[in-house]
Amino acid sequence: MTCTEFLAMLDDVIDEAIAGQTRSEIETHLRGCGHCEVVLNTTRQTIEIYRCHEIYSLPTKVSERLHAAIMARCAKVR
Amino acid sequence: MSTIQPVASENDLNPDLALVEKVRAGDVAAYDALVRKYERQIFRIAQHITQNREDAEDVMQDAFVKAFEKLDQFQGNSKFYTWLVRIAVNESLMRLRKRRTGRVVSMDDEILTEEGSVPRDFADWAPNPEDNYSQAELAEILKKTIQGLPPGFRVVFVLRDVDGLSTEETAQTLGLSIPAVKSRLLRARLQLRERLSRYFKRKPAQKSAPAKRS
Repeated sequence: MTCTEFLAMLDDVIDEAIAGQTRSEIETHLRGCGHCEVVLNTTRQTIEIYRCHEIYSLPTKVSERLHAAIMARCAKVR
Repeated sequence: MSTIQPVASENDLNPDLALVEKVRAGDVAAYDALVRKYERQIFRIAQHITQNREDAEDVMQDAFVKAFEKLDQFQGNSKFYTWLVRIAVNESLMRLRKRRTGRVVSMDDEILTEEGSVPRDFADWAPNPEDNYSQAELAEILKKTIQGLPPGFRVVFVLRDVDGLSTEETAQTLGLSIPAVKSRLLRARLQLRERLSRYFKRKPAQKSAPAKRS
């Protein structure tokens, strides 16, 4: 397996959607290719960091204000 | 020996259906529960697309009110949440269009670039790289980095990787094909990785043995 072939399957590797022979080929490739191993690990970390850190928080006060406005508008619709 | 697979009930496939039915029957308070359940996600998606807090607040309000008005059109063959996200994405794009004085804005904007589709930075990251920054600095880095992505990549990444929608749900929500979602997701992930590497990679003294590339 080449790095280009590995890269084409990167999303499926991250999503653990690969099994059988292809999975073995990927594991063999990763054991011998430091670059692809780094790309895989750091891409996984990228996703994890964005998943764990809320960058656009909605403060409770704002949330309550918007919530009240939404429900008031909905009550008018009925 | 074959095994009998349990059949997923309608409520498993669409966990909000009971609340939706109550709202349809005139119970406005049931809608309150749906708003509370999804307001943060809808706000986050709107903010990611519009890049403007005021617009995101307006989009959040308009999306929930529009969903309420159109609830009779909700068929139940998708999850209520993906249907709601679709409304929020459309509202966000309309808002962007207004800001950009009528210029057509779509999910296809600025995606022709091949930038970031091939990794260039192969430096490993420091262990727990987030710990090298304060919460405020980290938030700024993550914000700046994701803001640099084309909107069509950004929204796919947020729906698929942050919100946890499936590829099929993301495609359905954005009106894209599954191959288009997969292609955008790969490029979004790689571009973000590449850009975050500038901040998170090991310092030269921490470098491990050089890696070989085939």
